[in-house]
Amino acid sequence: MGCIENLKYEMILPLGASFKECREYAEKNYKEVWYVDPGYRLFDEYIIGLPPIALGIEEGKKIIFPYTKPCHGTYLLRIEDADEVERVRKTARKKK
Amino acid sequence: MTDISVTPKKALVILGCPEAPAQQALAFHVTHNLRKRGTDVLIAGNPSVLNLLKVSDPEKHYITDTMILEKCIAEVVEKKRDCDLCVVFAHNDAAITYASTMRHLLPERRLVVIIFGKDPEPLADEINFPCEKIVDKAVHNPMQLKAKINVVFGWAVSRT
Repeated sequence: MGCIENLKYEMILPLGASFKECREYAEKNYKEVWYVDPGYRLFDEYIIGLPPIALGIEEGKKIIFPYTKPCHGTYLLRIEDADEVERVRKTARKKK
Repeated sequence: MTDISVTPKKALVILGCPEAPAQQALAFHVTHNLRKRGTDVLIAGNPSVLNLLKVSDPEKHYITDTMILEKCIAEVVEKKRDCDLCVVFAHNDAAITYASTMRHLLPERRLVVIIFGKDPEPLADEINFPCEKIVDKAVHNPMQLKAKINVVFGWAVSRT
C-alpha cells in the first residue's frame, strides 16, 4: 500500500463515513479549506474522490483530507506536515 | 464519449471489495464477453479481489492482465494508461468514489457503473456524474444483473 498508511496520522471520522460526510465535515469544521480534483498528489499518493475534494488546514501545519480504500470506505485523516500545507496553499483552489 | 456501437479496443474493469459474490462471476462474464469480441481487458482491484480471480482462473481463460488499483489510477493520472471503456463494479460508497475519480480522469471515455448489493438504489442516487448505470439488487445470484449487463452492452440473445 501507499505511503500514507506509513505516516503518523489521526483518524478524524470513524470508519463508515461516506465521502460526502467527509467533505461536509472538512468544510464545516475548519476555517481554512482548499479544494482539489481527483488525481491530486498528496503525501506522494494520488487522492481519489468526488470532485471537488475538500482539504482542511489546521493550525497552519496540519492537513485534513479524505482517504478511500475499496473495502473500508473513506477515512478522514489528519497529518501534520508544514511543507505539504504550503504546497497545498500554492497548488489548490481556496474556498471562497 | 466513445461510440457505444463500436467494440472498444481497450477496456478497464475496476472491481470493488469482494464481499458480494456476484461481483466475481460478473467480472468473469464481462471480461469474457469483451475479450471474445477482441477487446484487451485490464482488471484493477485490491489484492484480495485480484487473488480471488487468479485462483478461480488458473489457466487464464477469462482474465489476463490485472493491476493493483492504486497503481492503475496512478498510471491513468500520469497519462501512461488509457482505455475506450471503463467498467466500475460498485456496491459501497468507496466504489462510487472510484467511479467518480475515473469519470474525472477519463472525461471522454465510455463509463459504465454496475451498482449492486443489498440496497443499490441509494448508491445509484449518489451518482451525479455522466455515466451509464446498471442497477440491480444482486448479492449472491448474478443472473438478473447479468441480463441487464447483456442488454446495455448489446450481448443479449434475441429470442425472436
